[in-house]
Amino acid sequence: MANDVKPRVRVPKSAKAGESIVLKTLISHPMETGLRKDSSGAVIPRAIINRFTCEVAGKMVLDMTLEPAISTNPYIEFEAVIEEAGDIKFTWYDDDGSVYEDVKPITIA
Amino acid sequence: GNWSRLAAQQRLTQDQLLQFDTFGNVTLVHITDIHAHLKPIWFREPDTNIGVGEVKGLPPHITGLDFIREFDLTEGSPEAYALTHSDFTALAKTYGRMGGMDRVATVVNAIRADRPEAILLDGGDTWHGSMTSLITKGQDVVDVMNRLGVEAMTSHWEWTFGTERVQEIVDGLPFPFLGQNIFDAEWDEPAFDPYTFFERGGVKIAVIGQAFPYMPIANPGWKFPEYSFGIRDGRMQEMVDEVRAEGAELVVVLSHNGFDVDRKMASRVTGIDVILTGHTHDAIPEPVLVGETILIASGSHGKFVSRVDLDVRDGRMMGFRHKLIPIFSDVIAPDPEMASLIDEGRAPYKDQLEEVIGKTESLLYRRGNFNGTWDDLICDAMLSERDAEIVMSPGVRWGASLLPGDDITREDIHSVTSMTYGECYRTEMTGEFLNVILEDVADNLFNPDPYYQQGGDMVRVGGMGFHIDVSQAMGSRISNMTLLKTGEPIDPARNYVVAGWASVNEGTEGPQIWDVVESHIRKIGTVKLEPNSSVKVTGV
Amino acid sequence: LAIGSVAAAAIPMTAYAAVEEAIATFTGGAAVGDAGVTLTAPEIAENGNTVPVSVSAPGATSILIVAAGNPTPGVCQFNFGEAAGAQAASTRMRLATTQDVIAIAKMADGSFARASSEVKVTIGGCGG
Ligand SMILES: [Mn+2]
Ligand SMILES: [Mn+2]
Repeated sequence: MANDVKPRVRVPKSAKAGESIVLKTLISHPMETGLRKDSSGAVIPRAIINRFTCEVAGKMVLDMTLEPAISTNPYIEFEAVIEEAGDIKFTWYDDDGSVYEDVKPITIA
Repeated sequence: GNWSRLAAQQRLTQDQLLQFDTFGNVTLVHITDIHAHLKPIWFREPDTNIGVGEVKGLPPHITGLDFIREFDLTEGSPEAYALTHSDFTALAKTYGRMGGMDRVATVVNAIRADRPEAILLDGGDTWHGSMTSLITKGQDVVDVMNRLGVEAMTSHWEWTFGTERVQEIVDGLPFPFLGQNIFDAEWDEPAFDPYTFFERGGVKIAVIGQAFPYMPIANPGWKFPEYSFGIRDGRMQEMVDEVRAEGAELVVVLSHNGFDVDRKMASRVTGIDVILTGHTHDAIPEPVLVGETILIASGSHGKFVSRVDLDVRDGRMMGFRHKLIPIFSDVIAPDPEMASLIDEGRAPYKDQLEEVIGKTESLLYRRGNFNGTWDDLICDAMLSERDAEIVMSPGVRWGASLLPGDDITREDIHSVTSMTYGECYRTEMTGEFLNVILEDVADNLFNPDPYYQQGGDMVRVGGMGFHIDVSQAMGSRISNMTLLKTGEPIDPARNYVVAGWASVNEGTEGPQIWDVVESHIRKIGTVKLEPNSSVKVTGV
Repeated sequence: LAIGSVAAAAIPMTAYAAVEEAIATFTGGAAVGDAGVTLTAPEIAENGNTVPVSVSAPGATSILIVAAGNPTPGVCQFNFGEAAGAQAASTRMRLATTQDVIAIAKMADGSFARASSEVKVTIGGCGG
């Protein structure tokens, strides 16, 4: 597992039923491309977040594939429709098999 | 207009400079790009200001006699002296220095006496550019601008003091620091007030701020990593629509985009009445119209103050009257309060500032698309003091001029070099990389799409000559790169010893450029520069 | 003026082939139209290591982003689910040099649309 991987999300606390809300996510991660060499000339192995998903009340919002061209500390912004109160689940999948999750509840205003 | 009337006069008076037939119900007063020049200065306008693509031959891309003809000025007149480089040395001796914030205060006070509700707006590049502003981290200028009664500002070089200092100053400002295009880099959310409202003359006025879009490229982004800028003209449209929805009858954009970027933005964003432009340091004696938007360019270094009177009725701008007021320092009386505030700020450093380092027999100036004589002197200093084969000096547009016969003081050197990242580096670069740099900077200036321009001038080069065809595309403009010392073509594969300053890279090492220049001038005593023909320009 | 931060090498032909291949893998070789997808990226990158990019294609099921001038062209693929509030998303990418960024959207009816934008990655410096 990469060190200090920390997901953060920005989610409104509530929404109107049927409203589309903006979700923002950041995860601290080096996103090592596999193209760089260290000082001794050896290739630094690729180590990236390769997939991200977001589900609302079990329904898929976004399933994203990330390549090494995505910047360090990947930022992802998108919109979700909120029909009912429930959990918004964010999941990041690391090359090394680690899975990072964050869950934010949302209520209906 | 006012300018030709003025031109007919034999002698200048303060009343004449201030003469204005009050018009409509709203007055805007615009100053921009003062670059911390609080005292009167010489300032020679450019002899070369090339416009490419759609703006070729349009203001501000005309100079000298073409400029005089375009605006119906008279050769040798005070306004020809103020606005062009033509016959600069002789006219400077006739008409004297320009600017000085104590004189600007007199003008602002006079406008307020005539129209008490006039709004004073500062276009940015205010806190940076002098030895005292560097020492006080902008405080001397902030004190002056607060006393002047600025009511909103936007920003560019302010950021080179770093986020912490900018925040510290902004927290104490009695007016908003606007930038609709400044976002926090992490979450991409607006970081500063996008606009502010004024109720003046019975009119609701919105002023939207636009900071310099290319901050982290043109200046060291590591000093303000928390922020992202950009043109963001889509959000500008949203802001215009928002203020209109909130009842704004007049929409003013206080911009630091640079003239050509503003001209393009005016064609893409609807609903802006007035753009007060800055950054490219153009002084244009008449407003430029783009659709229903007027663009006002107010020069730099305190040389001019723009007054714009507007007639706003039924939620619309019905007409305007404009004057670019030249600040002739021998004609406009200094405001005594402001004069003493400025002198109090200088007092602790007076001896350092006014110490004479050398003398110049040549006219020293910078402004223009390619090397000015100040740049040649700075390049000579680096070649000699840093023992380099090739040197590069940034094509910034700030810095005062000196006349033949003038002493060169330490303050004069700082006027053309002061900055928070002035380290003069010495390194090796391949001929190929030198070509990449010239092509890259040339495209920042001569890309036909203004949104790809950054508003500086071409990097100044010493020890190397080159040809540039400004009409070509990026990668094809530069040719005939030659090492001047030997006359040999630059070898793409060879390493050259290169010195330069104002690197945007963190951790750059070297002596401060002003010390390098001072040491050089001390050694030569009197500066006498030969004409520089090392850059050949075609495709104009 | 910055020093030592630019990769100026011409883009090798193999990279163009890789771009075509990445697009063909996504489209299955189908024709690609010009309307229906919006790509927003800055004219000039503030930092080539983190260039914001936004895509929007109402009615799309997925959007592919490729960077035509990178050593490997793939950037990301957004697949929108039933709870998506818009077929739109933003992220940040690395660009090695000045290049075209391309977005290809796959619409619900199986058609494809494309948009591209040139992003300049400059060594910068200087200013007014
Ligand atoms: Mn500026
Ligand atoms: Mn400026």
